[in-house]
Amino acid sequence: MRRHLISAADLSRDDATLILDTADELARVSDRSIKKLPTLRGRTVVNLFFEDSTRTRISFEAAAKRLSADVINFSAKGSSVSKGESLKDTALTLQAMGADAVVIRHSASGAPHRLANWVDGSVVNAGDGTHEHPTQALLDAFTMRRRLGTLEDRRVTIVGDVLHSRVARSNVLLLNTLGAQVTLVAPPTLLPVTVESWPCEVSYDLDAALPKSDVVMMLRVQSERMNAAYFPSAREYSRRYGLDRDRLARMPEDAIVMHPGPMNRGMEIAAEVADCARSTIVEQVANGVTIRMAVLYLLLGGETQ
Amino acid sequence: MSEARNVSRAVLEGPDIQRALTRIAHEIIERTKGAGNIVLLGIPTRGATLAARLGERIAQFGEVKAPVGSLDITMYRDDLRLRPARPLGRTELPPDGIDDRVVVLVDDVLFSGRTVRAALDALNDVGRPKAVQLATLVDRGHRELPIRADYVGKNLPTAKSEQVKVYLEEIDGRDAVVLIKREEDQ
Amino acid sequence: MTDYLIKGARILGGEPRDILIRDGLVAEVGGGLGGAGAAVIDADGLIALPGLVDLHTHLREPGREDAETVESGTRAAALGGFTAVHAMANTSPVADTAGVVEQVWRLGQEAGYCEVRPVGAVTAGLAGRQLAELGAMADSAAGVRVFSDDGMCVSDAVLMRRALEYVKAFDGVIAQHAQESRLTEGAQMNEGAVSGRLGLTGWPAVAEEAIISRDCLLAAHVGSRLHVCHVSTAGSVEIIRWAKSKGWNVTAEVTPHHLLLTDDLVERSPLGSYNPIYKVNPPLRTREDVEALRAGLADGTIDCVATDHAPHPVESKETEWSAAAMGMIGLETALSVVHAAMVETGLLDWAAVADRMSYRPARIGRVAGQGRPVEPGEAANLTLYDPAARTEVDPRGFASKSRNTPYEGLTLPGRVVATFLRGRPTVLEGKLA
Ligand SMILES: [Zn+2]
Repeated sequence: MRRHLISAADLSRDDATLILDTADELARVSDRSIKKLPTLRGRTVVNLFFEDSTRTRISFEAAAKRLSADVINFSAKGSSVSKGESLKDTALTLQAMGADAVVIRHSASGAPHRLANWVDGSVVNAGDGTHEHPTQALLDAFTMRRRLGTLEDRRVTIVGDVLHSRVARSNVLLLNTLGAQVTLVAPPTLLPVTVESWPCEVSYDLDAALPKSDVVMMLRVQSERMNAAYFPSAREYSRRYGLDRDRLARMPEDAIVMHPGPMNRGMEIAAEVADCARSTIVEQVANGVTIRMAVLYLLLGGETQ
Repeated sequence: MSEARNVSRAVLEGPDIQRALTRIAHEIIERTKGAGNIVLLGIPTRGATLAARLGERIAQFGEVKAPVGSLDITMYRDDLRLRPARPLGRTELPPDGIDDRVVVLVDDVLFSGRTVRAALDALNDVGRPKAVQLATLVDRGHRELPIRADYVGKNLPTAKSEQVKVYLEEIDGRDAVVLIKREEDQ
Repeated sequence: MTDYLIKGARILGGEPRDILIRDGLVAEVGGGLGGAGAAVIDADGLIALPGLVDLHTHLREPGREDAETVESGTRAAALGGFTAVHAMANTSPVADTAGVVEQVWRLGQEAGYCEVRPVGAVTAGLAGRQLAELGAMADSAAGVRVFSDDGMCVSDAVLMRRALEYVKAFDGVIAQHAQESRLTEGAQMNEGAVSGRLGLTGWPAVAEEAIISRDCLLAAHVGSRLHVCHVSTAGSVEIIRWAKSKGWNVTAEVTPHHLLLTDDLVERSPLGSYNPIYKVNPPLRTREDVEALRAGLADGTIDCVATDHAPHPVESKETEWSAAAMGMIGLETALSVVHAAMVETGLLDWAAVADRMSYRPARIGRVAGQGRPVEPGEAANLTLYDPAARTEVDPRGFASKSRNTPYEGLTLPGRVVATFLRGRPTVLEGKLA
């Protein structure tokens, strides 16, 4: 493992497998009554969130606390950051506090790369702009592996706003590393113009992709996108790219439905699909804590590099 | 120019190991009054294999089925920061757990005692045994903590600089305990 | 005034000649010249070029003297071999009145390192709504001939048409920063494979090309002069080539950085990923674009190199990418970058470098006494350049107040040894005189 986890592209197949294997063992800890491990005692993990994301922050916080790390939540709202303090000054402050790891969520793509220049500790990307969200991809891969056994040659269809999705970018990279076959499905407006250079297939036709999918991952689509003419209306989007009961029926019987959350029920996913037995949405949340424990352990649980 | 090289010498061969385990199994049955309330917990990787072997022998000699499990202590080690992060071993407790049982921890080599200390911490988080005992195939001395084994296959005097390696059929394809010494050649 | 005798300089890369400078003029050019009382400069191995002329410089004064001043910027220019720079209008206050352009012009005179030719804003306050007093600026002491809303594109087609027409009265030229604003809302870098991977909003080539096409057609329609600023795409080169083939009065410039650097530096560079040192407007493009720009400059489709020297204080670049300011400094590295991109590749010889960096920009800007051949009777604006030197770029040694160079740590060919402004050395032995 490298010092930081900033992009899913940083992970070799061995690295990624080590994280998933570690998470497998840690999942057993989550099942027992004492969930806490002493491993990161005396280590400090800072959650530096420039964007509101209670669910991701809580997930990282729970992971760090279960490993006995000291956790400092540094929310940019209402702090010196919102009064114009630069990312660099914030980084220097964290550095002075002796942060062993900084978990950063930022609306600017690449902010974690910049932060890594200014702190000695490990930087963990908890979502940067429209770039990446590697721990989400790891927890998705973990969830898939637990349901499907392996990712090798599994067909994963990712549907929705790929253009603005950090989840999609990280998933395409990681799933490709782990040997899965990825197909992106979206209206052409919501795909990057050079998507053909990505290591995946691309389709505009959800119905054609569904029968060939072991996993269908629905991405959140913000209805504001229609104001920027990415699609005409929520209704049309949902009709062409939403996952409803009829489409679920077109998937192979053992295929699973995933969503990174938060969901727009009725937009990209119908409520009855979200809540069905083939949906892993609740598992994904639980697996999020486990995979983040694995990442923090592997970054901080050894010698300081 | 002086050049260092490793010189290794087998101190236990396959039959010696078999005999040592048989003896330990008998001692466990005796000391725990029939082994009816024990759980064997091996410390991965080789301690877990040894625990399984001891379980078979206890079933054979004592005619009781002693539950066997494994206890990974990686997350409890006090020397994590000396090496890159290690992959985790498996913790697998018997279905009935360890509460009110006599837990016999099984490890391949007893050295500083730090592994056992970590194992005691780990045990604490997974249940409340009635008593904890320790079985080891080799005790090579040099303790750094007030810890001693209840069952020892072989006491092996070593220099601190030497290395003891245990090979087991199930993992390594052969049974042996090897002492590795670094020698300076002229 | 001291006379100077330059011994053995290769004018435009030709055979060694002596150049005698007297009373601000090139007095004599020839072999074995003797100049009684003249200071002798040994120019063995050096190339003599006409003083370089930059059509596109941000000197930041008035308003952002923390980033650059007329004095610091013209010192940087002199060290880069320039004898004239065009100071862009996006200052604070904007250079949209005779008062501001005269102030900038006067600051240039006082500093004395370079001829400073102010560029006037096309529209009042660069707001794109109503024409600035173009005539007043033209008639002022600054004698403005180049007008630009640089940084902002004159988007309104009617306003652009009127501006093109209006400046005909005083032989002006509109220098357009071609950027369709709706297509570049929130844009961060060239739209392509790299922006797609990095999740940075793309800046499509078509946003530049669409405006250039429209402006060429407008310029043809009203029979006026159009100058296209910092061309950055292969498509733009094609469009300009086509416009020129029609005989239309269109000229264009390219920056040194667009001749050398590509957008993949944003993803992977020795200076780090997402390093805003590479954030610039227009953005760095692809290898294919760079090749097309070089070819365009070589065949004359693109008339000249202009630095778009854009100083920014450190804190404007030590940020996350999207928060960073756009622009890079370039005066002190321009000739070396052109040397690397165009001369070492065999695309231009030194005579052509003189054409693209001195003659043609001076002609476009209507700068009298600049961009003239090194011949007896001409104003002694010239640059001595050592083509054999190789220098690792170290921004700490720059005269510019800012350090935002993308070339830090890079070894570039050549070195400016001396610069003469109307017979007076501004740089000698590579240092400010
Ligand atoms: Zn511009």
